[in-house]
Amino acid sequence: MLVLEKRPSPSRFWQYATPVLAVVLTMLAGGLLFAALGKDPFVAIRTIFWDPLFGEFAFYLRGQLLVKAGPLILIAVGLSLGFRAGIWNIGAEGQYIMGAIFGAGVGLAVFPTESRWIFPVMIVAGAFGGWLWSMIPAILKTRFNTNEILVSLMLVYVAQTILSKAATGFLRNPQGMGFPGSRNFSTYPAARNVELIAGSGMHWGVVAAFIAVIAAYVLLQRHMLGFQIKLAGQAPRAARFAGVQPTRLVVMCMGISGALAGLAGIFEVSGPAGQISIDFASGYGFTAIIVAFLGRLNPLGILLAGLVMALTYVGGEMASTNLGLPSAAIQAFQGMLLFFLLAVDLLSNYRIRLMTGRAA
Amino acid sequence: MTNELLRISGVTKAYPGVIANSDVSFSIAKGEIHALLGENGAGKSTLVKMIYGLVKPDSGTLHLHGQPYAPTRPSAARNAGVAMVFQHFSLFEALNVAENVALGMENPPPMRALAQKIRAVSEDYGLPLDPSRMVGDLSAGERQRVEIIRCLLQDPKLLIMDEPTSVLTPQEVEILFQTLRQLSAEGTAILYISHKLEEIRALCDEATILRRGKVVGTCTPRDVSARDMAEMMVGAVLTPPARAARKDWGDPQAALEVSGLSLASPIPFGTSLKDISFSVQRGEILGIAGVAGNGQDELLLALSGELRSAPDMVKCHGKPIGEAPPNARRAMGFVAAPEDRLGHAAAPDMSLVENALLSGAVRKDLTRNGFIDWAKTKVWAEEVVAQYDVRTPGTWVAARALSGGNLQKFLMGRELSQAPEVVIINQPTWGVDAAAAAFIRQEILNRAQDGAAVVVISQDLDDLLEVSDRFAALNEGRLTPTRPTEGLTVDEIGLMMGGAHGMEVAHHG
Amino acid sequence: MDLGGINPAVLVASLMVASVPIMLAAIGELVVEKAGVLNLGVEGMMIMGAVCGFATAVETGSPFLGFIGGALGAMALSFVFAVLTQFLQANQVATGLALTLFGLGLSSLMGQGYVGIKPPLTDVVPFGPLADLPVVGRILFDHDPMVYLSIAVIAVVWAVLKFSRMGLILRAVGENHDAAHALGYKVTRIRVLAIMFGGAMAGLGGAYLSLVRVPQWTDGITAGAGWIALAIVVFASWKPWRVLIGAYLFGGISVLQLNLQAAGARIPVEYLSMSPYLITILVLVIMSSGKGRSAMNAPAALGQNFHASR
Repeated sequence: MLVLEKRPSPSRFWQYATPVLAVVLTMLAGGLLFAALGKDPFVAIRTIFWDPLFGEFAFYLRGQLLVKAGPLILIAVGLSLGFRAGIWNIGAEGQYIMGAIFGAGVGLAVFPTESRWIFPVMIVAGAFGGWLWSMIPAILKTRFNTNEILVSLMLVYVAQTILSKAATGFLRNPQGMGFPGSRNFSTYPAARNVELIAGSGMHWGVVAAFIAVIAAYVLLQRHMLGFQIKLAGQAPRAARFAGVQPTRLVVMCMGISGALAGLAGIFEVSGPAGQISIDFASGYGFTAIIVAFLGRLNPLGILLAGLVMALTYVGGEMASTNLGLPSAAIQAFQGMLLFFLLAVDLLSNYRIRLMTGRAA
Repeated sequence: MTNELLRISGVTKAYPGVIANSDVSFSIAKGEIHALLGENGAGKSTLVKMIYGLVKPDSGTLHLHGQPYAPTRPSAARNAGVAMVFQHFSLFEALNVAENVALGMENPPPMRALAQKIRAVSEDYGLPLDPSRMVGDLSAGERQRVEIIRCLLQDPKLLIMDEPTSVLTPQEVEILFQTLRQLSAEGTAILYISHKLEEIRALCDEATILRRGKVVGTCTPRDVSARDMAEMMVGAVLTPPARAARKDWGDPQAALEVSGLSLASPIPFGTSLKDISFSVQRGEILGIAGVAGNGQDELLLALSGELRSAPDMVKCHGKPIGEAPPNARRAMGFVAAPEDRLGHAAAPDMSLVENALLSGAVRKDLTRNGFIDWAKTKVWAEEVVAQYDVRTPGTWVAARALSGGNLQKFLMGRELSQAPEVVIINQPTWGVDAAAAAFIRQEILNRAQDGAAVVVISQDLDDLLEVSDRFAALNEGRLTPTRPTEGLTVDEIGLMMGGAHGMEVAHHG
Repeated sequence: MDLGGINPAVLVASLMVASVPIMLAAIGELVVEKAGVLNLGVEGMMIMGAVCGFATAVETGSPFLGFIGGALGAMALSFVFAVLTQFLQANQVATGLALTLFGLGLSSLMGQGYVGIKPPLTDVVPFGPLADLPVVGRILFDHDPMVYLSIAVIAVVWAVLKFSRMGLILRAVGENHDAAHALGYKVTRIRVLAIMFGGAMAGLGGAYLSLVRVPQWTDGITAGAGWIALAIVVFASWKPWRVLIGAYLFGGISVLQLNLQAAGARIPVEYLSMSPYLITILVLVIMSSGKGRSAMNAPAALGQNFHASR
């Protein structure tokens, strides 16, 4: 019989090894899934994980990697702070949308200005939009003890409704001949989030993601706030004993994650996406939850996890066009990754022993 | 031996890194009250869990009524006539008394009939109890009655009681002993687990003494002095802490003054504090006694700053601080040690260094502009480990990896080595061996010598009688007036602790 | 605004239909939470139930088998949750989210061949002349079996929790798993069974969406119904009959807003379609701010993992 035995201290080795193991297991299980869909599992896995990096079109796809990874990392870093403190903001998708609407709204309001201040102002407005949207669950939680999971999630649906209203109504392109969607930022140079190095996919959002990773790393390793975040998540009563104010922590963590999600939104809409459209929300806010866990809620881990997840996006699109693999398969594949990760996570806190017979 | 009920032969049980029981053998006769004596961690609990079917021995055998007995689960034990009253963890606060009793029975009758039976049995044994009350609203003594009645309804041949008196006042203990003697006279054997020697001398027919998982002696408690039993149990000669005469610090104003402190409890089913007043001078130790669950946790929260009150309710050197949060109080010289170590005083999965930072950041000046000085923190954590003789491979290990006693030493050391001016401690010697307890008490006395005002809250009267200058007791959230410790008798202490909690005393014969 | 066009009897009848999915999912989750487990994957389980139910019904031509298939599909997914949280000690919040993300992806994959197909019709229970009674007949005696089943499930869960030994043990496990373990109850086994019951109920609810309520298969068909079901459990303070009230309340809101949209009310469509979510938030605020009472009623061990040590 297999018996779980709690380790006296978490295993260092498995803390690093579990995400890798989870990716490998997901590849195996994903292979089975793809085989069940009638695709050659080896070709499919190669198309997803190998070709975007080293295949025929890698010169283009590598750039796409950063484009996808940027928002995922930015959002996931913010979420990871809250998750560590036991504050579950799962409405990043809504904050991402609101960041885009606020930022784009500011930019489009002064169209076609040529001031070089407009882009920074839009960024601030985007962060503000995300922050504001995250303050709703934060304040309801601190004032009324309302469950932040449910509220932040409900607000995603509300944000999506506002998005469709924006695309068809208040932000619609006046010269768009009645089609839904705002003006495209590619025609608005002062407000455009440009690609910094041609072909690299590097835009300001990616830069912001790198800065967020470093800042979060320093915060968690060296700063008292980071210590308090970890403490509150692991032992809430000990945190209160240590003088942590739970209310303040909720507002901080929700606010940071909301602002970062809002940033991701404005960088996306003014860069890769180009405009506010009905299908602007592409699920980054949800996938970032997987990224945060895959990175073990560690900023450096999230950096790697974001790149891996971006690979499944880019590779998934490839597999979709080349092999006819349904795009939903990639979504299931990503969900599977989170399952395996949670399953093997056990190895870092428990030892598995084989018990033979009754007594030794 | 036809009179033999349970025989334990050569039982061994090992956990990774610990041998809980090693070749333990003894036997219990029908109707006998048998004491199992030993310090915390001596292996008493593991042994009784094996008898109750919660743990399987690695080797060795049990015989009940001369038949091999190897219960694989508690229900098997209950069917064989073995019942157990737990020290912790076996009642459901949000369920009522009858439901709690039903959960402990194999084939409970319908609720209404069960309620009748509970009333009848509780009257028979002098333990009145209302079956429809929510367990969360009962006092600790009443909760224990629920457990006992749950057992009695099954007509047990052997009743196991794990540290039953730790939650009772002296008067309640007397009621319990009468019930147990009555049961014993009716032929029920009782396995009585304790480390309280006087109780065992008063109650038990035979005693088996465990130390580090081994049987180190057996005796007839009435014929042996408490001191002899203690030395068998501890394996060393004990010396009480030395006390120097109290210095007068010439400071007329109390270092800590609490007046009219009333607060609702933040803990579900907790006890609210009601109009508590006391003051402590520099260099003075106030001992606060009380049965568990009478407001000790809440009082500590109110003093440490985790629970805010009106500003004037708590004063430090005359300055109102009722609204000050924990770290503001620490800056003023406060240190506090909550009772619950894993989860409240310490974060279980964090290292000792991180746990040192947890409460020491302010007084030991471990941060600069919010950035943590890990090197300095580590040096200090190592000092605490060395000074307080904490047995650990290093300061990097997680708090939960330490044994209870070692963690207690670390946490006491963490608070007491911050040069405090006001010390508040709940249960200072919980779970540590006698030598460490003596050391901790000595350190508390030393801090008072250095001029700190100390409040020791404890359920262990030995703690309080050895260290405190003045004495008070908490009872249902109220504090008695303080009295000088010298000259107090156990009876007086019992009355201060609330007598029998207003519960009826049993009428026997 | 032409509210006169809305027939109250029809409104009540369609409210009862609209509330079936969340009612089933919520009563299932209530049992799970009473056992001390927080499964946030209701949305994922519902959508798996929706797609499995739809596929089974289309392939077999039997709505009855469709509902069975939906329940089994969601139950399989809930079993994954049970294994992860009960045996592998995974965090319940994270695992619940994983369940939802995975369920959304997998359902969309499985449902690809079924877009645009009409499912076989679920018949109304024949009450004969009773259905022809004015008003009452339309409201009470003119529904498909699932409407009656959902109410029956509430009654059964209520009775089992309140009167039976099984219910007592379930509540005990959710209150204090250490105590339950010490008394010899199989905490893990009881929780796994509760989780699978919750899965089956969510699956039935999901299948009802795709087979009766909509009735067709579209991606993301649940549109947050699973999350609303979770909110209803809080709203109900973990009491079965209040789940019924909560579900009817939300069913009523969604029916009303659709009717208002259809009736061409002057309120913008966007506000109407976001109203169920906003009202969920409002209800959560009201229920949680009445401090103590509803919070006290939450099972004490909710969301905590149990690992028998020593």
